[in-house]
Amino acid sequence: MNFFTAIVRRDLVLALRNRNEVVNPLAFFMIVIALFPLAVSPETAVLSKIAPGIIWVAALLATLLSLDGLFKSDFDDGSLEQILVSPQSLALLAIGKVLSHWLMSGFLLALLSPLLAIMLFLPSQAVGALVGSLLLGTPTLSLIGAIGAALTVGLRKGGVLISLLVLPLYIPVLIFGAGAVQAGVMGMPIAGYLALLGAMMVFSLMFAPFAIAAALKLSIRN
Amino acid sequence: MKINMPRWFYQLASPKWSYDIMGMLLPWFAIAAGLLLTGGIVWGLAFAPTDANQGNSYRIIYIHVPAAILAQSCFMLMALAGGIGMVWKMKVAHIVAKSAAPIGASMTVIALATGAIWGKPTWGAWWVWDARLTSMLILLFLYLGIMALYSAFENKASGDQAAAILTLVGLVNIPIIKYSVEWWNTLHQPASFTLTKKPAMPPEMWMPLLVMVLGYYCFFGFLLMARTRLELLERENKSSWVIAVINEKI
Repeated sequence: MNFFTAIVRRDLVLALRNRNEVVNPLAFFMIVIALFPLAVSPETAVLSKIAPGIIWVAALLATLLSLDGLFKSDFDDGSLEQILVSPQSLALLAIGKVLSHWLMSGFLLALLSPLLAIMLFLPSQAVGALVGSLLLGTPTLSLIGAIGAALTVGLRKGGVLISLLVLPLYIPVLIFGAGAVQAGVMGMPIAGYLALLGAMMVFSLMFAPFAIAAALKLSIRN
Repeated sequence: MKINMPRWFYQLASPKWSYDIMGMLLPWFAIAAGLLLTGGIVWGLAFAPTDANQGNSYRIIYIHVPAAILAQSCFMLMALAGGIGMVWKMKVAHIVAKSAAPIGASMTVIALATGAIWGKPTWGAWWVWDARLTSMLILLFLYLGIMALYSAFENKASGDQAAAILTLVGLVNIPIIKYSVEWWNTLHQPASFTLTKKPAMPPEMWMPLLVMVLGYYCFFGFLLMARTRLELLERENKSSWVIAVINEKI
């Protein structure tokens, strides 16, 4: 467990020292949101109707954007290789890296989302559903995305490839995440959606670390 | 734990052995596919009875449904082959999975295209965001991702393993995607078109369909073996048996 906390702590310290990498996906998130009123319509009725979907798609893309560098620097400077030859579990490393990634991306996105909900005139009764669904859904996005990041870390141009690999796998999370907010707008119970998002998070927490570990091993060997 | 597989299973790991076995099976699959597809298409298009509601337009079912079935079974096969390749470190299994990917993607495209052509007269639209159509579209994206991953690696063995991991992850996800898309559809809009609840077809209609499905499977087997053999020759181009095979042909 010492190893795990050391990994999380190290990654958080690195992220805080290099703040741009944390802020950039958040800025991207806000810019994408700001594009929609300009492109679709600034009317309250239109925006409040499409707000749940827009915010969720933007959160998904922002997570995707931040994934590219998840293993990159560790791979480049050789620390990933050192961990591989050490007796520490690679799956545990994967969970630690994903946890710190999520704290610096999905968690912050969820905290930022009420502001964007106001900008898009999302009815206030749905804000709780928005934050809750993002908090429960984005860990799954980070976990699945880390598989794609681990598979492509050794490649020179992994950026677009990650999106192609990972986005189809994101669809269930998107459906239930946006569905929860939609249900919140209509005043319907959201517990079922949140339960499904939580189930997907637990399920991917069980299996994704092993896929990430296998992918990291092959990327290092490549 | 040690699992003992039958001997032929291990023999399949030899590229030369697989190449020879597939060479022997290939003509039989080609003949079966030719007979079944010709028979099935003539039977289905010319002799099967006309549908009471859809008239003759329903006949595209004989191309559409087998392609859709095959698109899904091809993914299963790729996951199975990829899994075997990962567990037993069999190069041949990875090559089978790799050769299957473009065929599966083509079948998905055929299913989507014929579905659109069928949808126009039946539903009045080329495309509807129906649960089945959507999950087929996502399946196509999965295929494209896997194919992109194969080609992204310069080292082919690494590409094989990466694609096998992605295929297995995709296989776990397919049921989740399928159910979430179905729930999404029923939640967002009432199911205006249900293809699932159509009345059971009379035997004169489904018999040719069965023949076509079998024919598609044989054709798939033929294509898969032909592609695998070619890939085997390419990968093993330094080994003596490939040189012997090439010299024989020349």
